[in-house]
Amino acid sequence: MRRPAWDNRKGEEKDMKNTMEIRWHGRGGQGAKTAALLLADVAFKTGKYVQGFPEYGPERMGAPITAYNRISEEPITIHSNIYNPDYVVVVDDGLLASIDVTMGLGKEGAVIVNTQRSRKEIAQQLYARGFRGSVYTVDAREISVSALGRYYPNTPMLAAAVAVSGVMTPEEFLSKMRDSFEHKFAKKPEVIEGNMRALEMTFEALENSGERADQRSA
Amino acid sequence: MAVRERLSGNEAVAYAIRQIAPDVMPAFPITPSTEIPQYVANYIANGKVDTEFIHVESEHSAMSAAVGASAAGARVVTATSSCGMALMWEELYVAASDRLPVVMALVNRALSGPININADHSDSMGARDSGWIQIYAESNQEVYDNFLQAYPIAENPAVRLPVMICQDGFITSHGVENILLVEDDKVKEFVGEYCPEHYLLKEKETMAIGPYAVSNYYMETKRAQREAMKNAKGAILEAAQRFERMTGRKYGFFEEYRMEDAEYVIVIIGSAAGTCKAAVDQIRETTGKKVGLLKIRVFRPFPEEELAAALKDKKAVAVLDRSEMFSATGGPLGAEVRAALYDVKSRAEVVNYFYGLGGRDITVEDFRQIYDRLEEIAQTHIIEDMYAYIGLREK
Repeated sequence: MRRPAWDNRKGEEKDMKNTMEIRWHGRGGQGAKTAALLLADVAFKTGKYVQGFPEYGPERMGAPITAYNRISEEPITIHSNIYNPDYVVVVDDGLLASIDVTMGLGKEGAVIVNTQRSRKEIAQQLYARGFRGSVYTVDAREISVSALGRYYPNTPMLAAAVAVSGVMTPEEFLSKMRDSFEHKFAKKPEVIEGNMRALEMTFEALENSGERADQRSA
Repeated sequence: MAVRERLSGNEAVAYAIRQIAPDVMPAFPITPSTEIPQYVANYIANGKVDTEFIHVESEHSAMSAAVGASAAGARVVTATSSCGMALMWEELYVAASDRLPVVMALVNRALSGPININADHSDSMGARDSGWIQIYAESNQEVYDNFLQAYPIAENPAVRLPVMICQDGFITSHGVENILLVEDDKVKEFVGEYCPEHYLLKEKETMAIGPYAVSNYYMETKRAQREAMKNAKGAILEAAQRFERMTGRKYGFFEEYRMEDAEYVIVIIGSAAGTCKAAVDQIRETTGKKVGLLKIRVFRPFPEEELAAALKDKKAVAVLDRSEMFSATGGPLGAEVRAALYDVKSRAEVVNYFYGLGGRDITVEDFRQIYDRLEEIAQTHIIEDMYAYIGLREK
């Protein structure tokens, strides 16, 4: 995340409590905020304390937006934005050129980028800026078009966030998401299987990519 | 059994409105409060509540319709933010002086200009002299709980004043958090039926509401409003006690967080209090320094005696304002806290800060630095300025 021009403060010390922090970068209209709210929703259903909240810039389609998640076993009182996330999800790789998406993300952290470019290329771009954590890539376009017939990047990116962060098991996630989709698409049941398929395909794609922590040496 | 849920602050308020089912809701959309009338309109369309929704063409009309409906004897709610409430300005005072127990869900947002949609208390702080009761929330849970308590306070016969239930724009209004909801039947019983003694549609009672008051009457009307505002303190505590019996959640004029032995205290309103709590916990765990937080819940009526008692033996106090009033004395909360402490004999050193204007973020680290500064002030007794800033870019 590129800090706003006014922000010359040093990085905030990590909250010592056991809270997972995730930052989402997307463009208005791509569903990054919705994905953050869905992640909060599904984590809530596994008994966690959650926060999901957006940070808006100018109100227009296509403008960069940021959304955040905190997920914890304990009640969460902090209401500030997230400056030292554990994970970053980038819903649009076009943002890499204009926004420092890995700002505040340490070497233990991971960034997940939706892209059709190779993981190596994305990793080189981020490492050249001094990032030392893990890089994962997902081709959400291919997955979404193949599973749903249309490009909705947020469904695969939600699955990728769960897969990489390990905030819950894939089985737990898929079962809660099926409940959510059945509720959300009660009047459009034909899209439920496609959405479920998109989630499963994302897990499989990450599983088969061999992209694991050792890639940091890349 | 309470209902365990996760809702945004706007969803929580709309849920409370459905449970209370006020008679009339006139409202006009404005960011970030738009979702409240939107969700209530959904409830109405789906037959979940029978509130009469009035589509008005402006906030000026929204509050005018609220005044009319309330004077007629209806229980009324509206929702707005920022410039929307500014357009209600004239009618805010009418509602208060006519002693109409209207409830407003205010989602705090900066006033223009420059135009800005984010959290800032300049809208409600500007209306602090309008005669409305003002209750603020740290979290989605608190804004929901405060909303359920609003009508019992407003409609208390010793009070009969309008109430603003405030929450921070986007930070809580659009943030999803865990929340415990009260069951519908318990809410109905807690809020009760609205049975005003006098109202325009009452048969066989002719009355006027809001007539011209010549100077021979105006001042007594204001004195009566002041009396009602004093009485509101009792009504607020009474509603809080009943609410605690129902839910186990305790409320007062303010919340004292780790204050018992605290020497350095931050006084603040709204969502940033939660961030401050994390700083208090971290400082106490890592350094053992005696830091505490006093979070204002009720700003009108201002609990000056209780506040003075809570702060009287502290070493240094920082009062944080999320709105500008361009006074040489600092911000509105800073000025009122200083005034409340004036008659306290060995009063604490007080420093006033502006923070978070137009939604600027405030972090745990910012609060840690304020506590460091308070320790310094307590040692040196030197406060250079009446007020200072947090997170401001000076260059």
